[in-house]
Amino acid sequence: MRPFEYVRADDVAAAVALVSADPQAEYLAGGTTELDLVLKDGVLEPGRLVDITRLPLRGITFAEDTLRVGALVTMEELAADPTVSERVPFVREALLAGASPQLRNMATIGGNLLQRTRCRYFRDSTVTACNKRTPGSGCAAVRGPARMHAILGASEHCIALHASDLCVPLVALDTVVDIQGVDGSRSVPLTQFYVLPGERPDIENVLQHGELITRIRIPLLPVGTRSGYLKVRDRASYEFALTSAAAALLIEDGTIVRARLALGGVGTKPWRASEAEEILHGAPATGRTFRAAAQAALGDPFTVAGTAFKVELAERTIVRILHTVSGVRS
Amino acid sequence: MENTVSADTYVDVMLRVNGCARRLRLDSRVTLLDALRDELDLTGTKKGCDQGACGACTVLLDGKRVLSCLTLAAQCEGREVTSIEGLATDGRLHPVQEAFIRHDGFQCGYCTPGQIMSAVALLQEGRAGSDEEIREFMSGNLCRCGAYPNIVAAIREVAGRGSE
Repeated sequence: MRPFEYVRADDVAAAVALVSADPQAEYLAGGTTELDLVLKDGVLEPGRLVDITRLPLRGITFAEDTLRVGALVTMEELAADPTVSERVPFVREALLAGASPQLRNMATIGGNLLQRTRCRYFRDSTVTACNKRTPGSGCAAVRGPARMHAILGASEHCIALHASDLCVPLVALDTVVDIQGVDGSRSVPLTQFYVLPGERPDIENVLQHGELITRIRIPLLPVGTRSGYLKVRDRASYEFALTSAAAALLIEDGTIVRARLALGGVGTKPWRASEAEEILHGAPATGRTFRAAAQAALGDPFTVAGTAFKVELAERTIVRILHTVSGVRS
Repeated sequence: MENTVSADTYVDVMLRVNGCARRLRLDSRVTLLDALRDELDLTGTKKGCDQGACGACTVLLDGKRVLSCLTLAAQCEGREVTSIEGLATDGRLHPVQEAFIRHDGFQCGYCTPGQIMSAVALLQEGRAGSDEEIREFMSGNLCRCGAYPNIVAAIREVAGRGSE
């Protein structure tokens, strides 16, 4: 672990300028992933950490059917927001299914989006073959034991997982990410924020070095829409997902008028299941429809021996959550 | 850690620990956990996994439970830290400490300070409505001796639900 300079930022523009000008600088928010990877695993080696936790990026406001959430709002704070419980309850479910109460008090919403897409091999610096750590070095996970790995968006170059629960309903809701850079601000839909690993697994999203997430905007569900989040894991609590699914359905007279579906635990990024949504739209809310949607959602998976089980598990997770949300008996 | 650190990798920090202002000059890599144990001799807070997985290092930061192993001491400038040593008042144990003794909520005791800090926060959060809720909201604290049933009983008692 190399020494780093610690800088406490008190102004957004100054923080962005500082990190943008220094290729060795990184932002520090809740620290629950960053400090783990810097201090404990030693796989990130910033020369300077810019602590942004005192920046004024904290409020939650509600207007025009959109929830505006400051990037430094914590997971517990967002879970406690009454509008979240009322209008996007599956966001609350996903938040409370993630991590532990202690970590949720620390972890910020911006940091949750930016938690590294990571796996055990990435975290182990004695493993030399990791395209995410060292581009071009290969992928040890594809040939070694694997389990908590991605099957969608994955390839022989990288099968590391984006492990967020929160991002699953957020990507289903077409959340927008507001970003501040040295040359101004821009907004990117969360569905276009992450990039597939391809041949450069070290590049995980569209942010340029020094750009800072300042806020996310969550479009609320139309009144009458029902939603739910189902997380399947090896133990009952405080564990990453093997598979998860976030679903929101508006059903009128037995027909699905509007459907939103996204998957966790399976993707190299929070996975919006657009093909499945197309099958659900306008279809009768039946088990048969749900099974067809689930099969479409898994499309063309890339599996290794240790992750092959996730295809059927994810399909069953989707079918279960669609039954639960719709109230249609299985 | 490497010993070749330059001046700009040190930080001056003022922590308020259990009500007392403590001024420290630290390597910027020092966690709140190591500052408490190694600099302030407050060894009640335990280092278990040191990687955010076990909860043994749980303390309250401005009244909220956090993991001190994944918090830089420098991030806590001017903030209020409560460790297990800060729970007793005037020589009297905190009700949660008394309940852990009464219900035998530990075996080896190593995870106990973290369990108690987490339980104190859980009660303040109003998360003791049922045994199921207690278990869910204590899930960030592991006990390898398996004292969980007695830990839940202790928390249930302090929450005023007795032995229902």
